[in-house]
Amino acid sequence: MQLGHGFGRAAALAVLMAGTAPMALLAETPADTLVIADAIDDIVSIDPAEAFEFSGVDLNNNTYDTLIELDPTKPGELVPGLAESWSVADDGMTYSFKIRPGVTFSSGNPLTAEDAALSLRRVVKLNKTPAFIITQFGLTPENVDQMITADGDTVTLKTDKAYAPSFVYNCLTAGVANIVDVKTAMANEADGDMGNAWLKANSAGTGAYVLKSFKPNEGYVLEARQGHWRGDAKLKTVFMQHIPEGATQRLLLEKGDIDIAREMTPTDIEGLAGNPDVKVQNDVGGQVYYLGLNQKTPALANPKVQEAMRWAVDYKGMTDTILRGQWVVHQAFLPLGFLGALDENVYTLDIAKAKALMAESGLPLPLEVKFTVRNNQERLDIATSLQNTFAQAGINLVMDVGDGKQGLEVYRGRKHEMTLQTWGPDYPDPHTNASTFAMNPDNSDAANATGYLAWRNAWDPGPLNALTEAAVVEKDAAKRAAMYEDIQRQQRDNSAFVMMFQQAKQDALRANVNGFFAGGATDAATYWTITK
Amino acid sequence: MTGSPVSGNRAFVLAGRIGLGLGSLAITILGLLLITFLISRVVPIDPVLSIVGERATEAQIAAVRAKLGLDLPMWQQFLIYVRDALTGDLGTSIRTGEPVAAEIARYFPATLELATLGTIFGTLVGVPAGVLAATRPGSLADQVVRVIGLMGYSMPVFWLGLIGLLVFYGQLDWVSGPGRLDPTYDMMMQFTLTPYTGMILIDSALNGAWDVFGNAVSHIILPAGLLGYVSMAYISRMTRSFMMNELGQEYITTARVKGMPEWRVVWVHAMKNALVPLITVITLSYAYLLEGSVLTETIFAWPGLGSYITDALFAADMPAVLGGTVVVGAVFITLNMASDLLYRLVDPRARA
Repeated sequence: MQLGHGFGRAAALAVLMAGTAPMALLAETPADTLVIADAIDDIVSIDPAEAFEFSGVDLNNNTYDTLIELDPTKPGELVPGLAESWSVADDGMTYSFKIRPGVTFSSGNPLTAEDAALSLRRVVKLNKTPAFIITQFGLTPENVDQMITADGDTVTLKTDKAYAPSFVYNCLTAGVANIVDVKTAMANEADGDMGNAWLKANSAGTGAYVLKSFKPNEGYVLEARQGHWRGDAKLKTVFMQHIPEGATQRLLLEKGDIDIAREMTPTDIEGLAGNPDVKVQNDVGGQVYYLGLNQKTPALANPKVQEAMRWAVDYKGMTDTILRGQWVVHQAFLPLGFLGALDENVYTLDIAKAKALMAESGLPLPLEVKFTVRNNQERLDIATSLQNTFAQAGINLVMDVGDGKQGLEVYRGRKHEMTLQTWGPDYPDPHTNASTFAMNPDNSDAANATGYLAWRNAWDPGPLNALTEAAVVEKDAAKRAAMYEDIQRQQRDNSAFVMMFQQAKQDALRANVNGFFAGGATDAATYWTITK
Repeated sequence: MTGSPVSGNRAFVLAGRIGLGLGSLAITILGLLLITFLISRVVPIDPVLSIVGERATEAQIAAVRAKLGLDLPMWQQFLIYVRDALTGDLGTSIRTGEPVAAEIARYFPATLELATLGTIFGTLVGVPAGVLAATRPGSLADQVVRVIGLMGYSMPVFWLGLIGLLVFYGQLDWVSGPGRLDPTYDMMMQFTLTPYTGMILIDSALNGAWDVFGNAVSHIILPAGLLGYVSMAYISRMTRSFMMNELGQEYITTARVKGMPEWRVVWVHAMKNALVPLITVITLSYAYLLEGSVLTETIFAWPGLGSYITDALFAADMPAVLGGTVVVGAVFITLNMASDLLYRLVDPRARA
């Protein structure tokens, strides 16, 4: 029985407060405001030159623009962004970008070719982790002033080799290539940081939105800008709330207190069935789940142990239960949707085989391995399943649970033994994953090449280095795809990695919310297209 | 008359007591700082590496080490730590690069607001319930108070909170959901109102923004009610036992024999004596809530001290953990002092 509204409120308030208090307001988000719930504790920085985590790149995709963009409505298609047009010279090493006139930064400064050049140079000079996406074309802090130049309305980029042009263009759609208002950033410089500290709490871009407030681990507020070159954003305000609990997100969504829930478990998603006020939006995801085995731990460098682990994962059991609707089995580093993606899964759960391989390894059993896992329900579920099946094969996993950032620091410092990680491509070109899973030019500690997952696991890919380098300059697309398939098979069967799953994204939206693009396998989230 | 030497003695004794009180306060705070300092030196986390990152050169590391004073002898580092802490400098958070004191200044008011409302609720309901149970032992009222108290003791806060949300927010729509404010009011609070205390109820009232105030009330009422229920369970049980003890004393029998009205016997004579231990109980439960209730804060997405310290711990952000610990310690010490002062007001024996 539901009590009469007025009486109900009065009774509740009398009981709870023993006094008078105003009533609960109608649960509905304001018409011009988009309210999103997500887990944003992965953010380390939102300076585009440094942002390299999903939540931060999603945010920046709406406050900054790139020279060349991916059309959110047509996955994989390159469209003009801050550059109206672009071309490559006959030598294959000189690229020109003509800057769109009449664009302004949120500061009011007009965008010039000089600004675009300054911004790209800033990435190279700051040299934070994602800088490699740009510097891989042969740019260094020393030569970048000559390699990236501005003349009139044109920016010129010189590369050290004749790469496949699509590779270069694809890289320029990545978050690190977002064009920053360097003049504003430099006005807020501290200790020669080129405005890096200031940009951790502010935005200075040409994007459809401007950052109004940013509170780490709490949320952020974006405000739409007037007269954006792409056409104004439909909703005036974006309000992001950090709500890590899927159950809490579901409650808020069903009540209409949030418009989009982005961190729901399969159970939460299933619970939404039959509610006409909400809908579930399926999208492909670019992330892959894998285990990283630090080769500095001798037992984990043993090929028998590595193979045993590949047979000791309950792939199907997990995707049928705890990961249902969110991940599918995918034992290769290129997500489906990419050129050269490999659609064959050769490993299944086979404890007897894993056990036999462990016995062949010559190691004293059971083998004890420290297992670094991020404190997040899904990961803990996977880790528990692995702990169970690995134990049957003779490998005892000792869990070391911490938050996203802590785990990342351990991983980037090569201080883990085994870790459960996801990886998302940085740009829509196969080289993005090939160059990190199958390439590691200098495996020394001093190299500190944290951008290479192979380096993070202290793994030397040997001949795969050369194969990957050949693939990135191969102009024949079919040949290039075949090369990546070969690299993936070798990496899958003999490396410091156990490739497990590819993401299948599910976002839950209020029924009236339209035009949300989660970004597919290749892009970040767009808020400016959303209506409700 | 021998008045003047006696009053001179009294003044001397009083001054001595105050001095002793302040002395013990100083020693307690120093002890607290010493323990947190030692913890920060024992944990296997290098603050320098956390600050400079992985790419730093030896020279950069040495420079930061010197800047942080880590090259000095331990006792000197401790003195600097005490000096900084006393001037309100709790270091810089590794996660966010913000001063810890500024972050705590943002999180602590949220907890203070919640804990204060919870304690008021727990006291206003818990004390009368305990008295009721004590005056009618074995009656239906006593049984009801006992069962309600037992539930508050034994049910997990996490479960109670989720059920509370499902029922009062999800089904009945009497209160607002998780968080301190709805987005619209949150943005008003962030961008148009003047923050004075960080406590939304007080700030919105001071700004005269009654719609924000109303929204804040509808958000805080459920978590505060939940915390209040848990402390009520404790306070009512303790009140009952203190009152039972007093009501069995001979002076109560004497009062009743003299024909004093029962309400006066209970609420004036017996309560006055039960009040002394009761103050300790209420203060302790208040201090407990001020630590920040991590589970309640998680369910209600409440950005309070408990979740701040927990998150910091997961991120190995030691300056933030220690800063939070110092604040919690200081709260305990302050509340202890306050309850000492209250004793003196209610108990003549405690006044020199």
